[in-house]
Amino acid sequence: MTAEDQKAFEDEIYAFVGREVCPPTPAKDDVNSTMIRHWAEILGDSNPAYTDEAWAKNSARGKTIAPPAMLYVWNQEGFAATTGRAPDAQTALVDLFNQHGYTGVLGTNVKQEYFREVSPGDTVVMAMTIDNISERKTTVRGPGYFFETLATFTNQHGETIGTQRFKVLKFIPQEQPAAAASEDTLKVPTRIASPRGHDNKWWWDACDEGKILIQRCKNCQTLRHPPRPMCGECQSMEWDSIESTLDGEVLSHTQLHHPKIPGYQYPLICAVIKLAEGTNIVSNIVGCEPSEVHIGMAVKGVVEQVDEKTMLPQFYPA
Amino acid sequence: MVANVKDKAVIVGIGNTTFSKDSGVSELSLAVQAVKAALDDAGLKPSDIDGMATFTMDTNDEIEVARALGAGELTFYGRSHYGGGAATSCLHQATMAVATGMAETVVVYRALNGRSGHRFSGGVSGEITTADAIHWGWYMPYGLLTPASWVAMFTQRWMHNTGVTKDALFEVAHSTRTYGANNPAAFFYGREFDRAEYDAARMIADPLQLFDCCQESDGGSAVIVTTPERARDLRHPGVSVRGVAQCAAENQEQMTSFYREEFAGIPEMETAAKNVYAMSGLSADDIDAAVIYDAFSPIVLWQLEAWGFCGYGESGDFVKDGALRTNGRLPTNTHGGQLSEAYIHGVNGIVEATRLVRGTSVNQPAKTVNHALVTSGVGIPTGGAILGRMD
Repeated sequence: MTAEDQKAFEDEIYAFVGREVCPPTPAKDDVNSTMIRHWAEILGDSNPAYTDEAWAKNSARGKTIAPPAMLYVWNQEGFAATTGRAPDAQTALVDLFNQHGYTGVLGTNVKQEYFREVSPGDTVVMAMTIDNISERKTTVRGPGYFFETLATFTNQHGETIGTQRFKVLKFIPQEQPAAAASEDTLKVPTRIASPRGHDNKWWWDACDEGKILIQRCKNCQTLRHPPRPMCGECQSMEWDSIESTLDGEVLSHTQLHHPKIPGYQYPLICAVIKLAEGTNIVSNIVGCEPSEVHIGMAVKGVVEQVDEKTMLPQFYPA
Repeated sequence: MVANVKDKAVIVGIGNTTFSKDSGVSELSLAVQAVKAALDDAGLKPSDIDGMATFTMDTNDEIEVARALGAGELTFYGRSHYGGGAATSCLHQATMAVATGMAETVVVYRALNGRSGHRFSGGVSGEITTADAIHWGWYMPYGLLTPASWVAMFTQRWMHNTGVTKDALFEVAHSTRTYGANNPAAFFYGREFDRAEYDAARMIADPLQLFDCCQESDGGSAVIVTTPERARDLRHPGVSVRGVAQCAAENQEQMTSFYREEFAGIPEMETAAKNVYAMSGLSADDIDAAVIYDAFSPIVLWQLEAWGFCGYGESGDFVKDGALRTNGRLPTNTHGGQLSEAYIHGVNGIVEATRLVRGTSVNQPAKTVNHALVTSGVGIPTGGAILGRMD
């Protein structure tokens, strides 16, 4: 973009400053106790001034009020927002940014001020303008502009309830090697996998396919688990395998309380299980209360995906 | 001084695998093939092997080789350090073991995928899939990751088999901490401890709670060992090693020997005990005090049984009668143990056992200590020793 193009673009965007995004518009619903209760429950705010009508009746206000931070709640579009938004000055500004490569969007901060309380039955009226647009900034996300909308809320009497400033960065996205790496570390941790080598890869590969195999000596038919390269009975190195029915009995068990390892779901029970075929296997017991697990308990295994990367046998009460 | 091994060890069998650039099999497979070939050459069976010597750089654990091969008990396993310099060192180890009777038939082995696997030319980085790493792979995905969890698995079954209750675990935890509270060097020095605190402590891996578990410590311990002749000239009365043994029992795994016919026991320690008693000419009746490896409270109980102070399942009653206390039958872990002095991997226990024989423990029992037992950690290949006054 030449300096001239840049100037033309900036003239265009700065022309949006002061423009109305929406005229004073009443909320679709009046302030109401149902929405207040939902909000208070989700935030765990037990202030009786919001939800306890009997208490509020005896208070200085004589009635419940809406939490001030609900200021921007009442005028939300609701489900209608999913079917598209009528064009306004803000969508036009965003389109203009997008056309010039500033496709990235990041809400950076919100600042609310409160002047007056509202109670069930009041109507919240919102008006919004584009208040200011910054000069071109260099940010870690890429070059861009901050623009800020100013919403003003009034009640049915025209008295100001509060204001909200909402700042957005529109930017040209850059390659973000550092950001990409940090996103990797935010991935949900998975269970620690077994390394796979010559002597066990075939077992874990079968587990990935939903089958639990037991190694069998081709010479003397002795079963062995965990797998190893030679038969301890006859020293034959020839082997095949059979598939376990995963019918089993608990020989011992423990509930892991501490430390809790990332990637594992607690409560977590580990057990030594004697399979019907005769070999023992260590696995998890699931599908019952930890206190119900006992030595001698009959269990049935299922190979399940326990997280994004891991297939494992998990044993349920039979 | 001349070593007395002349003509006491003889090479009787040799074996090689195929040599290649890409074996297509594991290093463990190569190891057992080579050992089997040498056995065939000698006309011996895997069960004839009771000792092993290899390189510290070898990735094939002796117990993995033994299990794969179908060997029985091992009463000697020694590793030699320093790369290729270990070649004749392994033979040296095997010769000493055979000459002294620590083992009758020792196999020296070394197996590696030095081209298709980890190449020395590649430097000392990169992931290596060892038999040991594969072993832990049978437990990690399920969350069975910590020493407490492995010991809990044994403990749950042992308590189920024997009817021993947390009362006995508490007695170990409490008697040990009572000693520790009187030991200025102990973490637990000066601390009160009672059943209410024990019961209220957080669960770690049931049935183990916080006070069933040892400390985690920084520290060091050391003992100097020399000849009786030299010892006579030194400052303190000598404390003689009456007997010492190590053992990896059949179907041994590291902390996870869950594949035995009955896994609520420590057969490796029973064998070590039997051998120490045999070489010392002593029995449990001759032991006056003990330092029993106590990473966790229940493992003290199992060892009391393995060393014959009581029968299988009787250790609960044995300790509840006060046996481990200062006036009891077997004052034990008088330094406060690893539960409450510090966890220095059992070497602080050898220090304390030496003190008990010298008569200088901070919690020295009133009776004369002619012999003290000291043991290694269990759930793994283990061992122990009896120390006594030098004649």
